[in-house]
Amino acid sequence: MTTTEPRATTPAPPASVEPRRPRRRRTLAPYVYLAPAMTLFTLFLALPIGYAVYLSLRTVKVSGLGLGSGARQEVWAGFSNYSRALGDPEFLASVGRVALYGLVLVPTMLGLALLFALLLDAKRTGVKGFSRVSIFLPYAVPSVIASLLWGFLYLPRVSPFEYVAESLGLPTADVLSSNVILFAIANIGLWGGVGFNMIVIYTALKAIPQELYEAARLDGATERGIAWRIKIPIVAPSLILTFLFSMIATLQVFAEPTTLRPLTNTISTTWSPLMKVYRDAFTRDDIYSAAATSVVIALATFVLSFGFLRLVQRRAFAQENG
Amino acid sequence: MATLTSSRPAARPARRSAGLTPVRERAQRPSFWPTAILLLGALYCLFPVLWVLIASTKSAGELFSTFTLAPSTHLWDNITELSAYRDGVFWRWMANTALYAGVGGLLSVVVSAMAGYGLAKFRFAGKSAIFNIILAGVLVPGVVLAIPQYLLLAQVGLTNTYWSVLLPSIISPYGIYLARIYAAASVPDDVLEAARTDGAREWRVFTSISMPMMVPGLVTVFLFQFVAIWNNFMLPYIMLGDDRLFPLTVGLSGLLNQGASQPAMYTSVITGALLSILPLAALFLTLQRYWQVDLAAGAVKA
Repeated sequence: MTTTEPRATTPAPPASVEPRRPRRRRTLAPYVYLAPAMTLFTLFLALPIGYAVYLSLRTVKVSGLGLGSGARQEVWAGFSNYSRALGDPEFLASVGRVALYGLVLVPTMLGLALLFALLLDAKRTGVKGFSRVSIFLPYAVPSVIASLLWGFLYLPRVSPFEYVAESLGLPTADVLSSNVILFAIANIGLWGGVGFNMIVIYTALKAIPQELYEAARLDGATERGIAWRIKIPIVAPSLILTFLFSMIATLQVFAEPTTLRPLTNTISTTWSPLMKVYRDAFTRDDIYSAAATSVVIALATFVLSFGFLRLVQRRAFAQENG
Repeated sequence: MATLTSSRPAARPARRSAGLTPVRERAQRPSFWPTAILLLGALYCLFPVLWVLIASTKSAGELFSTFTLAPSTHLWDNITELSAYRDGVFWRWMANTALYAGVGGLLSVVVSAMAGYGLAKFRFAGKSAIFNIILAGVLVPGVVLAIPQYLLLAQVGLTNTYWSVLLPSIISPYGIYLARIYAAASVPDDVLEAARTDGAREWRVFTSISMPMMVPGLVTVFLFQFVAIWNNFMLPYIMLGDDRLFPLTVGLSGLLNQGASQPAMYTSVITGALLSILPLAALFLTLQRYWQVDLAAGAVKA
């Protein structure tokens, strides 16, 4: 607002007329800029969500023997699909597994990401460039390929860990057995996610003005004290966001267990909630209960991430003012 | 506090100019534990990549008989064998993945840049409503959408085509969100005002003034979307039935499925995994400086 003043002083008369014309022309422009995005948003986000909600309230009624074109009819089902989905022991078991998976994975991943980021930011750490690139590298590996690599490393006949344990005469554990498969999958998630989260936290750390540290050092603070009392509190918003993004991601785990299935018989077709949605929709041809289950998952995600939405809005657009 | 502010101007130039004072030198020498922990992390992350590099040099027999980390000489044989599989369908998967990720990523950047610019630089009715809807879209788990998207595209006969993977990949609420922040931070209002006063048309202002200013941020938006599409599994897994349309992720997962019944396929799977990591790893290493992501401020610093 203050920037317009110096210009207005030189050509005084036209300045009062000029801004009026573009302003009227601009009233249409933002809608044009937003049109492609909103069209795609409507077609590939809003419409599918609406359709999923619609399907979740429908069901197929079979009359007679179920033969002939008029025998199968789609009718309203009320909330019966929902009560069936929520009462389904397979669904509840998959939710339980994924909750445990998230509890194992997310704190470990973010704890390590924070540790690595702090070490990268610390003055007296060597081989920073190499470590940063190496730890970030798995982000370039699609989760399917990551599961494939780890899957082979878990296979007793290939695994180097097995080889070492055997030659040392140690007992060997089958990582793909039912007790530890959850940790084996969580390890793949950890491997793929720790680097990205490290970069997010590291970026936040680098934005902290160096003067803060110098002031603290002059006050006699140790590097560890600076990390605890200055760095971690300042990057807390990044930590909260990475936490929520990670929670959303764990709810959706699909590629890792699906890829590992051929290597082991301990992963059922309903291991994670989304695998159950997939099975219901495509193996059982029951799109109605699949739709109800996906709506439930979407709602759970929304409830989990509502706090995130408010946090982001409050922080992000301070520089724009209007 | 008073002592801090008074001593700071004196302390800083001293440190900068006399860069080799004993105090500074001691601070720069790496200490053991932090370096060791970081190296351990790097080793953990590199290990599977190192393994696939070695395993892809082994023949099918050696894979299960020789020591895991002992390299062999069959890399080229494995590549030829993989290339021969179903008339080189692997390379088609590679090309498809590049097409989905490259074209999808580019279109996504254009759409996101326009929307982000519109949201950041104009006031209009419904602005905050539209932005809130888009933000809510960030939170919608993309994979939950895949099944209704499939059913809808099936009704217009688009499933099992390139479009079925490409079109849903263009819209990226997170990309729009980033583009808005980037437009707000990098395109000054008075530059736009000056261009408009000079009589430039709205679209020209956008393409020749605003877009170039937003480029560093848009590169990051592109990378995000490129990686997201490259890594996507569920969408193409659901949409596609014809293996000549598959991206790498779906193709290799199918190949692994076959390996369960004929272990000789495993070497092809492993070689395929190695080859599919290389392009993205190269992209990451060359564009490293764009990977500085500040999620909380939303800003992306280049």
